[in-house]
Amino acid sequence: MTPLLSVRDLVKHYPTADGGRLLALDGISFDLAEGEILGIVGESGCGKSTLGRSIMRLDTPTGGEIWYGGKDLAKISGRDLKQSRAEIQMIFQDPFGSLNPRHSVATIIGEPLAVHGRPDRAERVRQLLDLVGLPQSAAKRLPHQFSGGQRQRIAIARALAINPRIIVADEAVSALDVSIQSQIINLLAELRREFGLSIIFISHDLSVVRHISDRIAVMYFGRIVEQGPAGRVFENPKHPYTRALLSAVPGIPGKTNGANGKRERIVLTGDVPNIARRPGGCLFHPRCFEMRERCRTDSPELRLIDGDATTARLCACHYAEPA
Amino acid sequence: MNLAANPELENQPLLRIENLRLESASAALVEDISLEVARGEMVGLLGESGCGKTITALSVLGLLPAHAVRRTNGRILFEGQDISGLDEKALNLVRGNRISMIFQEPMTSLNPIMTIGSQIGEALEVHRNLSRSERMREIARVLDLVGLPSSPEQLRKYPFELSGGQRQRVMIAMALACEPALLMADEPTTALDVTIQAQILELIGAMRKRFGMACILVTHDLGVVAETCDRAVVMYAGRIAEQGSVDTLFSEPIHRYTEALIGTIPAANEPGTELPAITGTVPPPGERPAGCAFAGRCAHALERCADNPPPAVRRGEHVGYCWNPAT
Repeated sequence: MTPLLSVRDLVKHYPTADGGRLLALDGISFDLAEGEILGIVGESGCGKSTLGRSIMRLDTPTGGEIWYGGKDLAKISGRDLKQSRAEIQMIFQDPFGSLNPRHSVATIIGEPLAVHGRPDRAERVRQLLDLVGLPQSAAKRLPHQFSGGQRQRIAIARALAINPRIIVADEAVSALDVSIQSQIINLLAELRREFGLSIIFISHDLSVVRHISDRIAVMYFGRIVEQGPAGRVFENPKHPYTRALLSAVPGIPGKTNGANGKRERIVLTGDVPNIARRPGGCLFHPRCFEMRERCRTDSPELRLIDGDATTARLCACHYAEPA
Repeated sequence: MNLAANPELENQPLLRIENLRLESASAALVEDISLEVARGEMVGLLGESGCGKTITALSVLGLLPAHAVRRTNGRILFEGQDISGLDEKALNLVRGNRISMIFQEPMTSLNPIMTIGSQIGEALEVHRNLSRSERMREIARVLDLVGLPSSPEQLRKYPFELSGGQRQRVMIAMALACEPALLMADEPTTALDVTIQAQILELIGAMRKRFGMACILVTHDLGVVAETCDRAVVMYAGRIAEQGSVDTLFSEPIHRYTEALIGTIPAANEPGTELPAITGTVPPPGERPAGCAFAGRCAHALERCADNPPPAVRRGEHVGYCWNPAT
């Protein structure tokens, strides 16, 4: 099966004030299938948001390719770029900052329709409100009249307005209370079932990612360090970083499964990586609790540990072994 | 001030909030809050946004905006003394000394133009009569305690030079400088990555062991409470819905709200399944019904729930207020 989206060796540098450069993305490659939800997890500063923004072309990648519909999104501009943005839409974390406070909900949801010259705007806005579970009376109101969860529904309606094939959801449920969070997760899962949407679900919340994703990519320092089917990565993580990350998720004994079921807590020493200070060798070695001599000098490749094309498990650790 | 030395007070709870009621000009914000914290105990204060967790915590330290929020009923007893009516001067002997607080956002709660050395030293300067060199030694000791380098260069750093986790450690170092009997922690790890959250929670646990500190942890994260606290207090729409030991509260919740909250956690459900959702939102102050404030969102509400205040269901220390208890 040909993937819907193929990212190859994506690289993004940012220049620094002293003439150097920060490597935010360092050779990211993955495929996204039609109707698939790919979870991207990692700590602050690991590049997961930059990845989402690069795919949307809100940031221009420094190198690499983003193949979608026979075009390399990393290199297009003008009309082609506008077209690709109609097919890939984004939902942001903060539903307070991402909606124009002076526009009515109808204007906000209708804007992509206007930009892309779609007909029957009013009718489509009515459909969209229905779809995301908002009352028709919402159309004339302003964002501040809604709660956080309702605003996120408005943002989702806007993202869906022009029938995109891919949604990039960057921490889309992180700012919401748990009770509201579950409603939005359900809505995204339903949209996938209904319309075969593909979703790149970026989040630091591992239990949310596990719940919604088919596959997971774990990022560290601008690289993917582990990738595979969600259930298998959570049940049997291969990379020491993934193991530590999963073990740090607090759980409720007897109630929650997965994240921190029986595993022992691994508390990592040291801080979240600072991209201005890249270590040599394996990027994780300064915090790794299983570090060996080789890790100081040799950078591990992301390699196939086991599985076939659809169940492939990749891991960038010298010492990872098949399950 | 050191009431802890008095043997009569040894068996009293460290903190006792009795029937606390806080009002704004237009409506009641929290009503009838009663809870106790024993010495060395860690209590989780749980609930969604707008349930009154933070304002309850702030009231203990007398940090409410005086012009906007009034205490119209209740007392706050700390080490046997009513601290709810104290003036600023008397409160300042308690705050930062016997009771400290750490906040969610370490960037906005640190002074950006003060070095971290002087910020940590401030509490010691106010509350302890130390010479400058003694104070420097104390600052270094506290930094060491929270796992930050205590070198002179570190003391001269400004908050912007530190990462989020390091800033939260500085906040904790400030709060712990005088070895308080009670730490109020308002969402101390919400803005942090899980790996750093684990470090900070472990640090708070170590401080409890080290000098018997009690802690009220305000959070919306049930997992954090389940893993770190002895007891949990669940708030809903300005009232206590349920409180009890963490073990019984999570395994046999009384209140339907607690049950629903546990049910919505993704990790408590099979991956890929539809999550049980709580529809609607918390009723804001002024729009709360006469009966149970959760009735409008409750899947198990009975006819009487909306109009009649729910009765207390007691099982020893565990108490919940529900007409149709979950267990």
